[in-house]
Amino acid sequence: MKELIERLGTKFPVNETVFQRDNLTFITTDKIHAIELITHLRDYEGFSHLVIITAVDWIEEGLFQLTYLLNNPKLKVDMGVRVMIDRKEATMTSSHHLWAAVATYQRELYEMFGIFFPGSPRIKEPFILEGWDGPPPYRRDFDTKKYAEDTYFPRPGRETHDPAEHMKEKMYPEGS
Amino acid sequence: MSLKDIEKRTVIGPMGEEIEIDPLRDYYCAATPDLKMEQRKSSIPIIEKFANWARSESLWILAFGTGCGGIELRPLVTPKYDVYRFGIQIRATPRQSNVFIISGYLSVKTLKRAIRAYEQMPSPKYLLALGSCTINGGMYWDSYNTINRLDYYLPVDVYVAGCMPRPESILAGFDSLKQLIKDGKGEGAAKYAEKFEWYKKNQKQIIKDWDMPDYNW
Repeated sequence: MKELIERLGTKFPVNETVFQRDNLTFITTDKIHAIELITHLRDYEGFSHLVIITAVDWIEEGLFQLTYLLNNPKLKVDMGVRVMIDRKEATMTSSHHLWAAVATYQRELYEMFGIFFPGSPRIKEPFILEGWDGPPPYRRDFDTKKYAEDTYFPRPGRETHDPAEHMKEKMYPEGS
Repeated sequence: MSLKDIEKRTVIGPMGEEIEIDPLRDYYCAATPDLKMEQRKSSIPIIEKFANWARSESLWILAFGTGCGGIELRPLVTPKYDVYRFGIQIRATPRQSNVFIISGYLSVKTLKRAIRAYEQMPSPKYLLALGSCTINGGMYWDSYNTINRLDYYLPVDVYVAGCMPRPESILAGFDSLKQLIKDGKGEGAAKYAEKFEWYKKNQKQIIKDWDMPDYNW
């Protein structure tokens, strides 16, 4: 794996490398070179299978982290390519030409996180949510509880307990 | 279905003639449910009683599993619990069945299908709601995409509480449903016809892309 990272480093900017396990490595690259790097991994390094594309919302840093998880079926190793993109202008180059499944992942990311991939097929069609008109629900500034309370006619009389406090009260009352 | 399917459109016929189609008028019945038909009863009490007994002893479930409760219906109809011996069986289409089991949480997307299926079922029809999710949202009460109270969208005859209720509880639920029908109180469909506007208002408030007729009979 290390040789591969060194080889990649001569061609592309590899900012940060995490050796998670023997067969799993994460590298971080920048937005401009990401698709080029993934294409290189697919065509020359044998990472022919796309496992998943997923996103993480780093709201404090104002960033979205996209992870393209690739698999090399011959060597049985995984490589995660991480890309940090700006949260306010969440746009990423589309890679639907590389694998057929990418378009579906990108549709999901557009719906759930609002990350736009220009040129990706059927990107604006609803994926899971039909007729959704709120903000993308997986963004961390979306208040799920408030939305549900405003929308879905909550039944009054519901009680919720914070597990830690409830246990403290019931099982370890103060003074005993 | 999508919004396109219910738009008015012009089609070219086999002889080259233009045919105007308004799907909502041409393909569906525009009438709303009729309260008088739903409440229709025999004037002779003993016949009504006999009819109610017959209704309660042939409950045909629509095979439509929503949420996690769908998995509890498998042991219910297979030899372990075998509901066939109580005159309860599974049917494949809404037109053949008269009991609808909402088996757990309903996402907005599934609610749309559930409404269509419920409205297509012939009367007398009954609705059994399984699990806490149908009562107050259960563990999905703060989810962005699951409804909290089923009785705002469809009339519920019997609730079976639990998360998830075991097949024994569902059998108990069927027992109380049978008793309800025998007493002549299984009037969910009549309630739906009576408060039709209120139900539709709630349904349309949740389902933003309403792409079906108001009443799917």
